[in-house]
Amino acid sequence: MSKEERHIFSVMVENRFGVLARVAGLFSGRGFNIDSLNVAETHDKSVSQITLVTHGDAQIIDQIYQHLNRLIDVIDVTDLSTGTHVERELLLLKISTDDPRKRAEILQVAEVFRARVIDTKPASLVLEITGDEGKLEAAIEIFNTYGILELARTGKIAMMRGDTK
Amino acid sequence: MEWYHGKVGFGNISKPKRAIKAASFSSPKLEREGFLLSITYGTKNVSTTVYEEIGMELSGAQILVDGLKREGVEYIFGVNGGAAMPIFDALYDETEVKLIPMRHEQGASHAADGYARATGKVGVALATSGPGATNLVTGIATAYMDSIPMVAITGQVMTDFIGSDAFQECDVIGVTRPICKHSYLIKSCDEIADVTAEAFHIASTGKQGPVIIDIAKDAQREETQFQYPETVDLRSYKPQVNGDPVQIEKAAALIKEAKCPMLYAGGGVVLANASEELRKLTFNTQIPITVTLMGLGAFPETHPLAMEMPGMHGSCCANYAFTDADLIIAIGARFDDRVTGDLSKFAPNAKKIHIDIDPSCIGKNVPVDVPIVGDAKNVLTELNKLVGTADIDPWRNQIQEWKQKYPFEYEQKGNKVMPQYVIEKIYEHYSDAIVVADVGQHQMWAAQYFKFTEPRNWLNSGGLGTMGFSLPAAIGAQLGCPDKTVVNINGDGSYIMTIQELVPAITMKLPLKIFIINNMYLGMVRQWQELFHDKRYAAVDYHDNPDFALLAQAFGATGLRVEHPEDVEPALLKAKGINDGPVVIDFIVDEEENVFPMVPAGKGLGDVIRGLS
Repeated sequence: MSKEERHIFSVMVENRFGVLARVAGLFSGRGFNIDSLNVAETHDKSVSQITLVTHGDAQIIDQIYQHLNRLIDVIDVTDLSTGTHVERELLLLKISTDDPRKRAEILQVAEVFRARVIDTKPASLVLEITGDEGKLEAAIEIFNTYGILELARTGKIAMMRGDTK
Repeated sequence: MEWYHGKVGFGNISKPKRAIKAASFSSPKLEREGFLLSITYGTKNVSTTVYEEIGMELSGAQILVDGLKREGVEYIFGVNGGAAMPIFDALYDETEVKLIPMRHEQGASHAADGYARATGKVGVALATSGPGATNLVTGIATAYMDSIPMVAITGQVMTDFIGSDAFQECDVIGVTRPICKHSYLIKSCDEIADVTAEAFHIASTGKQGPVIIDIAKDAQREETQFQYPETVDLRSYKPQVNGDPVQIEKAAALIKEAKCPMLYAGGGVVLANASEELRKLTFNTQIPITVTLMGLGAFPETHPLAMEMPGMHGSCCANYAFTDADLIIAIGARFDDRVTGDLSKFAPNAKKIHIDIDPSCIGKNVPVDVPIVGDAKNVLTELNKLVGTADIDPWRNQIQEWKQKYPFEYEQKGNKVMPQYVIEKIYEHYSDAIVVADVGQHQMWAAQYFKFTEPRNWLNSGGLGTMGFSLPAAIGAQLGCPDKTVVNINGDGSYIMTIQELVPAITMKLPLKIFIINNMYLGMVRQWQELFHDKRYAAVDYHDNPDFALLAQAFGATGLRVEHPEDVEPALLKAKGINDGPVVIDFIVDEEENVFPMVPAGKGLGDVIRGLS
């Protein structure tokens, strides 16, 4: 068995109801895992973009690629891991500021992560952080020491570097 | 079709509510379509030209039926029910698309499937919402596993009720998602024309398969103007039909080098209508060939190069050949576990060329050296230009030696009717027939002892292994091929699973030959219990079977019972002479006969058990 690798698939699909269920069903029906999933409309309203992170050995990744392509509503599949690409996630964190003395400290840490404060209340604030997986994990770890009240995180979105699609 | 009179159950065409007449027309565009109609509905009388260019108002159900006609549908197999009533109503006085009422929706889907397998055209099944749709499911899954082109149409509850747990509501799209090629939920009659054209296109191209159209009842009733699309072009669906020339050259090079090559052809060759090209390849190269259960008939089994079926109950010759081959040329076959046995021991020395229309099939079970994605017919045509006779005499001699040493064989036990003997005699008297087998021991014996020489003459549920498939499938096959004799080889367990479909067969006076290999057991399971479960015969004892001959008579068919070997042939001859309806012959055979050879599940093909004696 060859070694397991993480792959990011960019899947362009027809923007119709039921498409996501078909994609998800392909994974659940074969016992493959989805590590993260992001779906949104593109600039062309008839097309949605799914960014899907999964892992497996070369044979499983090839099967995932082939089966995604086999779905009638799938227009195009790209395995972004085969080339150089950029990837980002967005994280929203609501952090407790019960202890007013910690507030300044939290804002300093936020600075380190280039986080933006997008809401603030007397006893809490909401931070917006973007970055790759490692950065977000680091942010979560440190902010957890101050008390995370709520966390929301998008799946990954990604695209190839350069001029080609 | 002399026996098709359209009497009971076809819709009474002597009292039409609406008149639909074929029109003659001169426009070249319309002639190309071939079957456009002048349609009169009540007060509406619209000429063909207007209908085509401006679009006339029809109900969703009528648009659907119009689409079926344009797709060349001859038969639609269905069971009526609440949410599909407008469609059935639109079919009531329809003469081009004949409605065949079945007695259970499973029968409808298998009949559509059998029609498709026998003719190569798309089979169509129709059912109502909820239980009607869920009853279709087994037939849809059966067609999916064997890549059979089918369109299954289901009624759905009214749009406003969808999702409310309404009476007879079921999420058909959800239920069928993993067992169909594609599916559509239609909530507006405006979608029906486009979806119908797309559904037929998708079902019948690329890797074929079933497509579901689920139509809300209000969409069936609403009226709208429509334009049936002349062509279907889907940006997200472009099957690759032509093989990569570079890959085909690589394949030809491997074939030239090989010392022990073998051809391994599957159902894909039959589906691609590539039997001629396969024969040409085999004759050109003189490479020995094995044809799988799904492909039987693609190459004549009577030919010296034919090694017969491989796999679990296949010929020792084909299985030994796999084990010793240095090159396997797989065509429209998918290295199924019933063919390969233990994958770690499968063809250890062989390079593999895999030709398949479905890229996801290539490399799924075994690593492949030369993958070729494409339609078998196209790829073989190209490959045939590059190959000549292979210089492999020692290998061919080895194959002949295995063939002669290990033929399919059985022992006559006392004065019992041996099931294999029955199959041999059926072959003797019905060698040109379309044979529709069910699933179990009788299926394997039929595959082993009936020597198929033509494609589409052997229909069986190979992938899903659906018991109950054969009788309704035989009905579909007979309607699709009225000039052929259709023999249904059934088991006592499988026959009773869809026995109700004897009713429409009798009503339509179909001259089906239904031969039951009756061993009073769920035989294949009993065989496994004997070999692997210490003869603990849990839930397989069918000695409480009814008398199938008497039961056939009660239905209104001819029923015969055969208990002695000397009665087998006379009964088969008698059946040959009865052509005004189905004949059921109940062959009471040896109860504990096993199917051999056998590669036990999980073992390698080299570990074949040739027989227990």
